[in-house]
Amino acid sequence: MRELLVKNGFVYDPLNNIDGEKLDIAIRDGKIVEKTSNPKILDASGMVVMPGGVDIHSHIVGAKVNSGRLLRPEDHSKDVEYKTPVTRSGVGYSIPSTFTTGYRYSRMGWTTVMDAAMAPLKAKHTHEELNDTPMLDKGSYPLLGSNWFILEYLRAKEYDECAAYIAWIMRATKGYAVKLVNPGGLEAWGFGRNVRDIDDPVPNFDITPREIVQGLCRVNRMLNLPHTIHVHANNLGKPGNYVTALETMKCVEGQAGDGKPVLHLTHCQFSSFGGRDWRTFRSAAEEISEYVNTHNHVTLDLGQIIFTDTTTMTADGPFQFILYQLTGNKWVNCDVETETGSGIVPFHYKRKSFVHATQWAIGLELALKTKDPWKIFLTTDHPNAGPFTAYPKIIAWLMSRKARDAVIDRISKRARRRTVLDEIDREYTLSDIAVTTRVGQARSLGLNRKGHLGVGADADIAIYDINPQKEDLPANPGRIEKAFKNAAYTLKDGEIVVRDGKIVKAVDGRTFWVNVKTTPSSIEIEPELQKVFEEYYTVKYENYLVNEDYCKNSDPIVIKPKI
Amino acid sequence: MSIVKNVACPVCGTLCDDLEITVDGNRVIGTKNTCAVSEAKLLNFSDPGHRNLKPLIRRDGEMVEVSWDEAIKRSAQILAEAHYPILYGWSCTNCEAIRMGIALAEEIGGVIDNTSTVCHGPSILSIQDVGIPTCTLGQIRHRADLIVYWASDPYSAHPRHVERYTAFSDGRFQHSEWESYVARLRGVLGKKRLSRASELTLMKDIPLPAVTGEKLPPSFRTGKRKLIVVDVRKTRSAEHADLFLQVEPNKDFELLQALRLLVKDEELEVNEIAGLPVHLLEEVADALIGCSFGAFFFGVGLTMSSGKTRNIDAAIALTQDLNYRTKFVIMPMRGHFNVAGANVVSTWQTGYPFAVDFSEGYPRYNPGETSVVDILSRGESDAGLIVASDPVSNFPREAARNLIKQPLIAIDPVASPTTVMADVVLPSTFVGIETEGTAYRMDRVPLPMKKLVEPPETCLSDEEILRRILKEVRHLKEVRGET
Repeated sequence: MRELLVKNGFVYDPLNNIDGEKLDIAIRDGKIVEKTSNPKILDASGMVVMPGGVDIHSHIVGAKVNSGRLLRPEDHSKDVEYKTPVTRSGVGYSIPSTFTTGYRYSRMGWTTVMDAAMAPLKAKHTHEELNDTPMLDKGSYPLLGSNWFILEYLRAKEYDECAAYIAWIMRATKGYAVKLVNPGGLEAWGFGRNVRDIDDPVPNFDITPREIVQGLCRVNRMLNLPHTIHVHANNLGKPGNYVTALETMKCVEGQAGDGKPVLHLTHCQFSSFGGRDWRTFRSAAEEISEYVNTHNHVTLDLGQIIFTDTTTMTADGPFQFILYQLTGNKWVNCDVETETGSGIVPFHYKRKSFVHATQWAIGLELALKTKDPWKIFLTTDHPNAGPFTAYPKIIAWLMSRKARDAVIDRISKRARRRTVLDEIDREYTLSDIAVTTRVGQARSLGLNRKGHLGVGADADIAIYDINPQKEDLPANPGRIEKAFKNAAYTLKDGEIVVRDGKIVKAVDGRTFWVNVKTTPSSIEIEPELQKVFEEYYTVKYENYLVNEDYCKNSDPIVIKPKI
Repeated sequence: MSIVKNVACPVCGTLCDDLEITVDGNRVIGTKNTCAVSEAKLLNFSDPGHRNLKPLIRRDGEMVEVSWDEAIKRSAQILAEAHYPILYGWSCTNCEAIRMGIALAEEIGGVIDNTSTVCHGPSILSIQDVGIPTCTLGQIRHRADLIVYWASDPYSAHPRHVERYTAFSDGRFQHSEWESYVARLRGVLGKKRLSRASELTLMKDIPLPAVTGEKLPPSFRTGKRKLIVVDVRKTRSAEHADLFLQVEPNKDFELLQALRLLVKDEELEVNEIAGLPVHLLEEVADALIGCSFGAFFFGVGLTMSSGKTRNIDAAIALTQDLNYRTKFVIMPMRGHFNVAGANVVSTWQTGYPFAVDFSEGYPRYNPGETSVVDILSRGESDAGLIVASDPVSNFPREAARNLIKQPLIAIDPVASPTTVMADVVLPSTFVGIETEGTAYRMDRVPLPMKKLVEPPETCLSDEEILRRILKEVRHLKEVRGET
């Protein structure tokens, strides 16, 4: 029996309505318990205690991320990690190697990270890399927005069959949530085209992105999956695209029956562009946050820009081609048969660029104008808007107007004149930060064991060396950044894995996936699937499946669907 | 007797996964869906004449049989004592073994490099220069109406590539063109016969049609699949092509750049480029632009001929240019069945695809400096571990000579010049026949390799051997108080 008592910390546990009270947290065998009998003591007096960080959207592993690593040796040589007696070596600033990714998240107090996209055909690759990503519990979202089977089921309005297919593909790929990227657009990209808006039909398939989003949202609810559909909207990264984002959110309004979210709009900064072209480009954060403030069926994550040299990578092949044309930088594209596309372009966000600086402001405006932190989560869409290692910096921007003003003074003058960011006084509290960086994300993911410190939760805990009673944090953004950069302690399953920002113990996390127990009455699609499978793919059905032994510590979440 | 279905083939980068293998009494006795190369391997791998069956150590110049424990200890000793050891091979084993190999290289501060250093290394360097627009092979099967093999002869090197993924495959939007190819082959054969007959009877030469035509054949006016082969000689693949372009040796770069200019509507003020008339190239450029989905495949003929990386830069840049006009992709024809996997695993663990140097305590990459051929040519390393490869017979002479001068460990299921010259030989199993695991196809689609028969009792998998060496190395370092 391993017991630990975290004593005297200022505990932030918003799910249990604990807001900075001095409390003890008892841990036994990796779980939080009521009481311990003879525990070791971890003195957290004068420090902040929070649940371990949760990341709902981060490209950390898989085929596309690895192509990014391959593409950018110049990104690696400037940021290296030496081998130590407990850790493996690694490299990479914007796209670190797998071991390094795990260690860096852990040093900041993060304990659960969801990989944002995997092509089902390459799911084994994703899982092999997840196995080599230590310190974290993790999962991955299969890309389903341009999948031929789904397009065909939805076109024929066969929702039960579609639900059975999604249940199957979650098992087949060991996936966690339904991910849509530029729904329909990636099929069009197979012939070098795209869809213009959510009512532009997909070539050869006679279905619109609207029908895909609505259909998958419906199926997602039928299956009772823990997370909502996770949507990267059409027209991402184009001026005026906030209209598309609004329409995407509006099109599932009717499905929000019980007041719970039904759609997660990811990296919404990239979907909140106003204006007609790059010259008239402006922030549409106002329009988006106003909608979100008045509706409860959506959650967002930020995709906050960092001024740095990073690597953009998404499944949105046509968008990456636009970036290639804009920058003239090196460009990788990889379309995956029957399923999806992807692209990679290195990108440098510059303070003095009007567009980049405006994008920076859009992210923060969204975070500050959306009143409820339970609806908008902190991410950088790592590494698209910047590496995840910049989270402490963003936390400082959110908590301190002073920190924001310091940046506003240095950005492009044109962007400065047009942003309303300098008029916003709001500063996040530590409790808000806990919600936006972990608690809200865990709830949106449906991970009941994460994101809180109540009895029964996994003992994933982050302890930061800041004293909210003695320090004036907004006046001292440097302190915030420093404290969140190097956690005083990170506890993974009740074990101390980080002390003073250094890894003291390497552990392997779990791989979460969704195991939908289809009922006997449900539709049997597998025989039909096997029949057409070889027409659609160049691999055999049997070889497509990811067996459970591909996951080092498999942790299936068993779901009973509503159908 | 049992039949194992859906077997992935442990030979080339095409990694066909539809093999049906008949196994009887722990022997492979029949194969289905295999090419000749694959069949030869699957039926003959267990030939005892060339199989390594016992661990061997060189003592006083003689190889003697020893126990596994002793052989592992000796290997660990060699590696732990070395200052700058090299670990090379990796493209004919599974990803699990490669992971173990990287952990070992890191532990001993050595250099780990895979065979792409001598085949598609230039392609990788080129991707790092300019990127690459590519796709998985199924995308080509479903959509491509123009297929170009450049300096690559799939009929000999990747025998089922054309049938499974390109010109002869059947997809959703494009269909197999094998019937028209058969007709064309018959035509060519008939002309050859006629020519020979006239030679014999009329004592008169009826000239065969020119190797390269003056204009595009009629099939280019249809929306059907077209196959172009570009090579320095008329290969078997070229005989099946709609159009064969015979490029002068070492002139690929000129030809690619000329096509880039033509694709950008520039005018060429010469009559001939790389031995090909410009007016034909203009038509080819039009065909490249006019297709709805085009695919380039290139082989070692482009990566290892004059220009190397620059050839690939030009080929990828041409593909990128074409994407402004239509959809075009490009893909290297990878050789060994898991050479792509060696790059993939190395990249996710170390950030770099090959030539990774751990001597500073973190991964460092500088091909030319940290690539094994160059290290050996300069004589810098002081021990070697070779897994599933035969550098002694295919490295440059100077490199091979330096390799055998130093203590050398070879992990291989079969005897090769490398195992003959080695100081320790560790008999391993065949991945994909006797050992399961993961391998990556040339388009980096991961596929599970199957275990068909039990390996000889005295052989261990590459992964297990490496695990034992790593454990022993750690033990040795602990004894010496180095950790």
